[in-house]
Amino acid sequence: MHSSLWLTVLILLPILGAGLAMLVRRRDGAAYVVAAVTSVVELALTLVVSVLYNNHVAGAQTFDFVGRWVVAAPFGLAYDVALDGISLFLVVLAALVLVLAIFGARDRRHEPAFVSWLLLLTSFTIGSFVAHDLLEFFIFFELTLVPSYFIVAQWGGRERAKAALKFFVYTFAGSAFLFTGLLYLGFLHQHQTGGALTFAYGALAATSMSHGTAVWLFCAFAIAFAVKSPIWPLHTWSPLAYAEAPTAGSMELSGLLAKLGSYGLLRFAVGLLPLALATMRPVLLTLAVIGILYGSALAAVTPDLKRLVAYSSLAQMGFVTLGVMTGSKIAMVGAVLLMFNHGVITAGFFLIIGFIERRRSSATIADLRGLQGPAPVLAALFTVVMLASIGLPGLSGFVSEYLILIGAFATHAWWAVVATLGVVLAALYLLWGYQRVFHGVATGANAEVSDASHPERWVIAPVVVLVVVLGVFPKPVLDRITPSVQQLIEHVAPAGVSK
Amino acid sequence: MTLTIPSIHYLALVPVLILFGASLALLIATALVRGRLGSSVATAVTVLASLAAFVVTFVQWSYLDAHGPSTTIANAIVLDGFSVVATAVIALSLAMAALVAHDWARRQGVTGAEFHILALATAAGAVLMTQANDLIVIFLGLEILSIGLYVLVAFDRHRLRSAEAALKYFLLGSFASAIFIYGAALVYGATGSTNLTSISYFLGSNLLLRPGLLYAGGALLLVGFAFKIAAVPFHLWSPDVYEGAPTPVTGYMAAVVKVGAFAALIRVLISALGTQLATWRPILWVLIVLTTLVGASLALVQRNVKRMLAYSSINHAGFILLGVWAGTARGSAASLFYLATYAPVVVASFAVLTLVGGDGDDQHSIDHYRGLARRQPLLGGMFAILLLSQLGAPLTTGFFAKYAVLAAAVDSGGGPLALITLLGAAIAAFFYLRWVLTLYADDQLDAARVTVPRATAAVIGLGVAITIVFGVWPGPLASLAQHATVLFAP
Repeated sequence: MHSSLWLTVLILLPILGAGLAMLVRRRDGAAYVVAAVTSVVELALTLVVSVLYNNHVAGAQTFDFVGRWVVAAPFGLAYDVALDGISLFLVVLAALVLVLAIFGARDRRHEPAFVSWLLLLTSFTIGSFVAHDLLEFFIFFELTLVPSYFIVAQWGGRERAKAALKFFVYTFAGSAFLFTGLLYLGFLHQHQTGGALTFAYGALAATSMSHGTAVWLFCAFAIAFAVKSPIWPLHTWSPLAYAEAPTAGSMELSGLLAKLGSYGLLRFAVGLLPLALATMRPVLLTLAVIGILYGSALAAVTPDLKRLVAYSSLAQMGFVTLGVMTGSKIAMVGAVLLMFNHGVITAGFFLIIGFIERRRSSATIADLRGLQGPAPVLAALFTVVMLASIGLPGLSGFVSEYLILIGAFATHAWWAVVATLGVVLAALYLLWGYQRVFHGVATGANAEVSDASHPERWVIAPVVVLVVVLGVFPKPVLDRITPSVQQLIEHVAPAGVSK
Repeated sequence: MTLTIPSIHYLALVPVLILFGASLALLIATALVRGRLGSSVATAVTVLASLAAFVVTFVQWSYLDAHGPSTTIANAIVLDGFSVVATAVIALSLAMAALVAHDWARRQGVTGAEFHILALATAAGAVLMTQANDLIVIFLGLEILSIGLYVLVAFDRHRLRSAEAALKYFLLGSFASAIFIYGAALVYGATGSTNLTSISYFLGSNLLLRPGLLYAGGALLLVGFAFKIAAVPFHLWSPDVYEGAPTPVTGYMAAVVKVGAFAALIRVLISALGTQLATWRPILWVLIVLTTLVGASLALVQRNVKRMLAYSSINHAGFILLGVWAGTARGSAASLFYLATYAPVVVASFAVLTLVGGDGDDQHSIDHYRGLARRQPLLGGMFAILLLSQLGAPLTTGFFAKYAVLAAAVDSGGGPLALITLLGAAIAAFFYLRWVLTLYADDQLDAARVTVPRATAAVIGLGVAITIVFGVWPGPLASLAQHATVLFAP
């Protein structure tokens, strides 16, 4: 068993980086250097952690790096961290998106506040992923709102104020349900054991409750996570927020923060309330499938590249929800993998769109045409990311979608059949979007577009490498995810999850 | 027949005596000193007196730890953990408010010690309310508190709004007091006593066949309290009074009146009428829903920041009531925790409003806050933290305050109520955030800078420090609040 200090360092390092960046803000560009160094160190640390991670710690199920300290006993508040195969790659993703966001936002190197917020956001997100306590998770989950709000509200597009408020208030209202639900669950547990109030994951998982209670709690949890994820029909804040946010903000929001929703659904809704699964599964599966089709349809007709990716994210997160809720092991592993892959792919998309915006100050599809001529490398990079998103065999998107669909087909065939349409639609809207932006003859400003510069190529390189490597050789990742998913399924299995 | 003089345990009375004594001393000094008493002297006396009262609460606390709670002066005054913590909060708020008022008075050219005399007296009244174990003593405290405040609200004589607000507050407040005392009379009629312990004992050992009189009395008491804490639908005075009163007074009111009135309300409902829980709970339920939702929604449409904070404070009152609704020790502890963390934040928030308000104390449009945090990152950033704390963002005490009362409510079976109030908080989040956004707006970078005098800066810093330190590490304060209600009145 490894020390929980590793995870504490992962949480604290970005906060210290943010503090240091603000201290040196008077020296032009110094804050950016601090942030860049911090992000690289953070990523390196997460990679070390993922190599060290040991899923055979005795008595900790598949968790490692376990540590718990009670902070305020009357509140049942504790600092409790642990990492398993499900959260491991989300932590890596958080650090990776941070690196991409910071290096991709070189034009903001004179704005110390911007990089500081990014660092804080990463810290809070990692905190949510490693939180092994429901209340602690909730606190980190809520905390992520503050930096993301400021990032969107201060550095976003024309409608940034509206987008940021809508984002915040939607999520905040969604959290109200989660908050009430978690309090209820905590007290239910306390009344059963007669001990101190606690929200520790392992303790709450042992709470016994009636089917009705479980369903109500599941609904409360699911609403909060559905807003964050987003799951249709609670997604309406997301296209505006993704489109109005600055590039780095869109990357964080859809690449990373959206995963908090699906992660929460898997870890806390499914993990703590297995009794409700039989009732809630058809509902969420249906919503997921509707989200896939609806997102794909809107992605096809939206006039804006950022919104296209936003709607495509809605569809992709529909696949994740599908995988999480089917209860089949293969599909759940696929869902966890897709969370990571989608994060990388979306970050890549928003980076490239950011590059285009930098050149043309517009992401409206109608303004862009024939960019392939003046910017062939940019087009090639976009193609790789796009093909991965479509699910071309040999690239990362394929592996995860394939796992989800075969897993889902075995247990919930009809939903899987309809969801498969989404794969076809993804090809349709992405290729069509690509045609409109990159094909044809570039005229006017479009012909003057410069190709990807060297720094830009270097920023996007990790995305391309990951997309290819995980497409060809996903085994090391799958090996780490599978035991934890297996563990989760065994825990919820008595309540009727098919294996 | 011999007259027995009740025994007096002076330790219980020391904070009241200090505050009231300081008030009287200043009053006499102004009469004796040739010319006008310097306002610095008055401020120093106020701050020292409130700090002394604050320190005494520690002595009281250690005494309590050893001897347990007790009553004195014929059971009319209580010395228990709850009153001690509430007293400490009042003393701290008074010290902070006095410092803000000092800078304000200097800027406005107001000399003299009147503000401090009145503030000290009202604080003594508020402390008396937290210690009262008798409806008559509560009334006494309430009147001492209110009458001083009527004058304080009218303090800025040159502004018509100030006088108007004072008149409004006075007329409506007198009605509320009358209703309260009528309620006390009816409760006396129903139970044969005004002493809270006796009422509780009577109701616990007798079954009222015709409880109408008690219900009528209890309802009137509740109306009186609801007026003081500005719970909807008895809130109509508060936006006008908050807006009209001089800004430092508003901050002081928002903190001290709430602490005093809530402490007394909790004692009456939990201690005296605890047996009637099933009767008053549904009424509180409706009050809470109305208070949180109306407070949050009406705050949204305000342009004047003082009115905005008035509605915000109505919203907070709904949350504090949530802990009362729970009717448990956990609930009372949660309300106490809420009050203890809310008071410094609200005084510090109004301190910022006082500064931005400018010389005429009239720059209270939200537009005056445009870009404040860009021009003055420290002041603006601190104010943003205070607003986020009021919103209930994690890592501030605001989060744990809301957490505590919601947890207490859920624990007592109030899941739906908790959900409704939380949605109210989501509405409130809207206007706090809009305000924060205004602070960081990047136009009007060349607007005039707000001068920040040292004392006010210290108050704002203290408010921020309290909200951050106990927001990150709420353990000690939470244990204190919990411990305080374990030591609840006998």
